[in-house]
Amino acid sequence: MKKSTMLGLLVLVIRRDLVLAMRRRADVLTTLIFFVMVVSLFPMGVGPEMDMLRKMAAGVLWVAALLASMLSLGRLFSADYLDGTLEQMMLAPQSLSMLVLGKMAAHWMSSGLPLVLMAPVLGLQFDMSVRALGVLIVSLLLGTPILSMVGAIGAALTLGLRGGGVLLSLLVLPLCIPVLIFGTGAVEAVSSGLSIASHLSLLGALLVLALVFTPWVTAQALRISME
Amino acid sequence: MLEVSNLACSRGDHRLFSGLNFHLHLGQIMQVQGVNGSGKTSLLRTLCGFLMPDEGEIVWRGERIRELGEDYHDEILYLGHLNAIKDELSALENLRISAGLSGIELEEKEAVTALRRMGLRGREMLPTKVLSQGQRRRVALARLLVSDAKLWILDEPLSALDVGAVALIQELIAEHLAQQGMVIFTTHQPLHVAGMEMRTLSLS
Repeated sequence: MKKSTMLGLLVLVIRRDLVLAMRRRADVLTTLIFFVMVVSLFPMGVGPEMDMLRKMAAGVLWVAALLASMLSLGRLFSADYLDGTLEQMMLAPQSLSMLVLGKMAAHWMSSGLPLVLMAPVLGLQFDMSVRALGVLIVSLLLGTPILSMVGAIGAALTLGLRGGGVLLSLLVLPLCIPVLIFGTGAVEAVSSGLSIASHLSLLGALLVLALVFTPWVTAQALRISME
Repeated sequence: MLEVSNLACSRGDHRLFSGLNFHLHLGQIMQVQGVNGSGKTSLLRTLCGFLMPDEGEIVWRGERIRELGEDYHDEILYLGHLNAIKDELSALENLRISAGLSGIELEEKEAVTALRRMGLRGREMLPTKVLSQGQRRRVALARLLVSDAKLWILDEPLSALDVGAVALIQELIAEHLAQQGMVIFTTHQPLHVAGMEMRTLSLS
């Protein structure tokens, strides 16, 4: 028998959540298919005007990614809450914030990362340039973890509530507006020939800020929900 | 070791208990008794720190548990009504993960030995969703075998267990007490631990 370290516990939580996601593959796939469907509906609805499509591409992809990430947020803590695992996590000999960070990371890997990988393929439907696609991926890579982390706060606050899913979206979506603005801003800057660095560094700053504060805030929210 | 003074707890507007005093020393066992809704589970959850008491203090090794935080968590093991096991994972994976969450890295061999002692030979690799209610409870209780916690807080540990498993739990509790451990539990079934004085706390 060995005592586990803080890092060991973090890895354990990430591995556990990824294994669970793999065994419930339907949950991961619904998020991804929702994303693909919403994005693909726009070219069909708007019609084949290339200029228009190119202009709206970044916005459509980002909004769809935002909505898709809302879909899986409700499940972030609820399964662990219902079967009692959350109680055991709160009694872990390491800080709860660390475990929460692990759950956020696993959530991003199973719901955010597939969206990022899928985005360039969908971007082709909008006739996006290669450079714009590249910036889109980078902005999504920086932005989707923030969505998972901010969403976790909402998921923790609405834990155990009936109809919590809708309330969760109402709570979290407004908080994600800055991410949306800087994310789409970076891609639009490419097409208008402006510098993308400012948008991306602001996104990076938001990511660092979220990394520092959201695990702690989520842990406090979980403690309140458990009472 | 564990001292509780003047503890009061309420759920909603309803006062469950107040002015509760007791202490527990090494090698002692205490049963919390009371009718349904008398606050047994709330008391145990307060001892774990999930619930904030309205009044009173819980002191562990001379310090309040709120201030001890993770150091206190390291020394207790809580088993509630919920088994904290995942349907999709096998009994073995479940045990290794729950041991990991309580800070113990368990080798596969140790986990298998523990599960076999709990009477789950041949079921180690099955997903727990195909196990019966009693077998799932046994998977959860296997944590008792691999834990090094001083204080066990057990909420209805015997629910869904058959006669053989109840005898095994009594044996485990006796072993734990012999190693200077402490146990607080609730149950509606008779539980006898050989050679130990059973203290009782009645909530009314």
